[in-house]
Amino acid sequence: MKNHSSLRRQLALIEGPQTLGRGPRFWGGFAAVLAMASAYPMFADSYDVGNNVYFFNWLFMALGLSLIWGYGGALSFGQTAFFGVAGYCYGVLTINLGDAYGLTLFSLVAAVGLSALFAAVLGYFLFYGRINGVFLGIVSLSVTLVLERFMAQTAGPEWAIGSARLNGYNGMGNMPSLTIPWPGGGIVLYPDLPLYYLTLLLLVVVYLGLRMLVNSRFGNVLVAIRENPLRAEMLGYDIRRYQLIAFVIGSALAGLSGVLYTSWGNYITPSSMGMTAAALPIVWVAVGGRGDLTTTLVGTLAVLIVFQLLTIHGSQYALVVMGALLVITVMIAPRGIVMALVEAVMRLFRRKEGR
Amino acid sequence: MHILETRKLNKRFGGLHVTGNVDFALEAGEMHCLIGPNGAGKSTFFRLILGEHLPDSGEILFLEQDITRAKPFQRIRQGISVKFQVPGIFKELSVRQNLVIALQHHVDPRLLDEEIDRLLEFLNLAQAQAQLAGNLSHGQKQWLEIGMAIGLKPRLLLLDEPTAGMTPDETHATGEMLKHLNAQGMTLLAVEHDMAFVRQIAQRVTVLHFGKIFAQGTIEQITADPRVAKIYLGEVDA
Repeated sequence: MKNHSSLRRQLALIEGPQTLGRGPRFWGGFAAVLAMASAYPMFADSYDVGNNVYFFNWLFMALGLSLIWGYGGALSFGQTAFFGVAGYCYGVLTINLGDAYGLTLFSLVAAVGLSALFAAVLGYFLFYGRINGVFLGIVSLSVTLVLERFMAQTAGPEWAIGSARLNGYNGMGNMPSLTIPWPGGGIVLYPDLPLYYLTLLLLVVVYLGLRMLVNSRFGNVLVAIRENPLRAEMLGYDIRRYQLIAFVIGSALAGLSGVLYTSWGNYITPSSMGMTAAALPIVWVAVGGRGDLTTTLVGTLAVLIVFQLLTIHGSQYALVVMGALLVITVMIAPRGIVMALVEAVMRLFRRKEGR
Repeated sequence: MHILETRKLNKRFGGLHVTGNVDFALEAGEMHCLIGPNGAGKSTFFRLILGEHLPDSGEILFLEQDITRAKPFQRIRQGISVKFQVPGIFKELSVRQNLVIALQHHVDPRLLDEEIDRLLEFLNLAQAQAQLAGNLSHGQKQWLEIGMAIGLKPRLLLLDEPTAGMTPDETHATGEMLKHLNAQGMTLLAVEHDMAFVRQIAQRVTVLHFGKIFAQGTIEQITADPRVAKIYLGEVDA
C-alpha cells in the first residue's frame, strides 16, 4: 500500500511547478505529436526517415544542457566534450569488440558511462573548486577545445587503440552500428525505421524522466541554487553535490547523443568537439527557452531544421544566421523565443477565460 | 546551557582585525541583540558563526559541539538558521514553492502541504502563495524569508537586520512574530540598528566595537552606559 502510493507520487511529478504543460490539453497535444512522429515513417521514404534521425540525435544533449544551465544555472560551454568522449569511446570499443552478442549495446552503455565518469571528475574540481558563472563556461569550453586539439593530432598510425585508428582530423570511421541481438541474426540499426523508432522511444523516456526529475525534491533544490545559491546552502543543502549530480546527468545525455550520432553515421571527427560544435547547443537551448524541457525540445528541433535548410546554401552563412538568432534572442526574448510564444498564447487564453 | 559559544575568535582581512578574541556565549532560549557602529564587525561575526568565513583562530561551539570547521550546510542541519539582511528568497519561484524548498528536506511529504499552509497563515502570506516571490512587497519578502528560516525548525535563529527597509508597522509586527517564536523555545540572535526594535525584543544586548565585545547587558544597562553612548548612541537615535 505504501509502495503503491509512493509510486503514484513519483508519477505525479510528471507535472509540476518546474515544467510547463499540465492537464488534458497538454497531454492530448503530447499524444498527438507522438502519434504524428510515430506515423511519419509511413508517409515518407525510409531513406529520409533514416536521415532525419540525425535531428533526434542532438536532442539528448540539448535536454542535458537545459538541466545543467536552464534549471541549475551553471552555463557549461563544453558539453561537446562529453559528446566526443562518448562517441570516440563507442568507436574504439565497437571496432575492437565487434557487433555480435549485443556488444554494441554494451559499448553504448560503457561509452555513456565513461563520459559520465569524465564529467564527474571534471565537475568535482569545477564545483568543489567553487568555479561558477562565466568561469565555468570558460573552463568547460577550454576542456572541449583541448580535446579537439588532442584528437586532431592523432593522424599517425601510432595513434591506435587495439585495431581502432584514431585518424586525426580525418575522423574515425567504420565502427559498427548499434545492433540488437536477435535469434537468427542481429537487427542492425542502420539509419532506417528501427533506428528511428528506437531513438524516438529513448527520447520520450528521457524527456518524461527528466520532467519527473526536475519536479522532484532534487529539481526543487536545483532551481533554488539557480535563483540564490547562498540561500539554498543556508537551507541546509550541499549545493555543490546537487550541481555535480545535475552536471553528470546532463553530460551523460551529451554522451548519449555522441554515441547515437557516431553509430548513426559510423563516423566521428575532432571537429565534433570544436568551437562551432560547442557553441551550437547554447544557441539551440537559449533560443528555445532553457528554463523548460519542452521549450528546449521544440526550440532545438526547430533551430536544427532551420540550420539544416540553410546549410544547403552554405554552412558559413548558416552559422552567421545562428549567431544572429542568438543575439536576437538575448535582446528580445532572453528566456527563449519558444518560451515567449508559449507565454503569449497563455496570456491570450487567460484573457479569453477571464472575459 | 550555552547554545552557542565562541572562544577567542579571531578573523583578519589583510591587516584589518575585524574580529578580535571574541568570547561570546548565548543562553538557550534567550533573545539577544548584537549592536555596534558600522564596521564594528557584526556581519563578520555572523559569517563566522554561519561558516561563510572561517576564523584564523579560536573556536565556535554549537550545542557544546565544535563546529569551527563545519561547512555552512552542516551547521544548518545541526540546528542553526539564518535570515539575511537583503531578502534571500527565490524570486522566480512562487511563494509556496519557496517554502516547499525550505521544508521538503525534513518534513514528511504527506504532511508538507499542511505544514506550509500553517506557515503561510502565520506569515500572513496565504493570499499571496501563488505569486512569484519577486513580486512581493519588501516587507512581505522579509517575512517570507523569515518563514523559510523558521521552517527549518532551528534551535538558533540568526537575523541580520530583519526589519531593514520595513515600515514602522511592519517592524512592530515582525517584533511580535519573533517574540512568539521565542516564547515557543527558539533562541534568537539579531544584528539590529533600530533601537526601538531592539527595545521591543531584546532580553540581552551585546555591543561590538572594533571587532571586540565592548559592553553586554540588558537594554537599560546598555543605554545607561555613558561609554556606549559615546561610541554608538551618538550616531543613532536612542
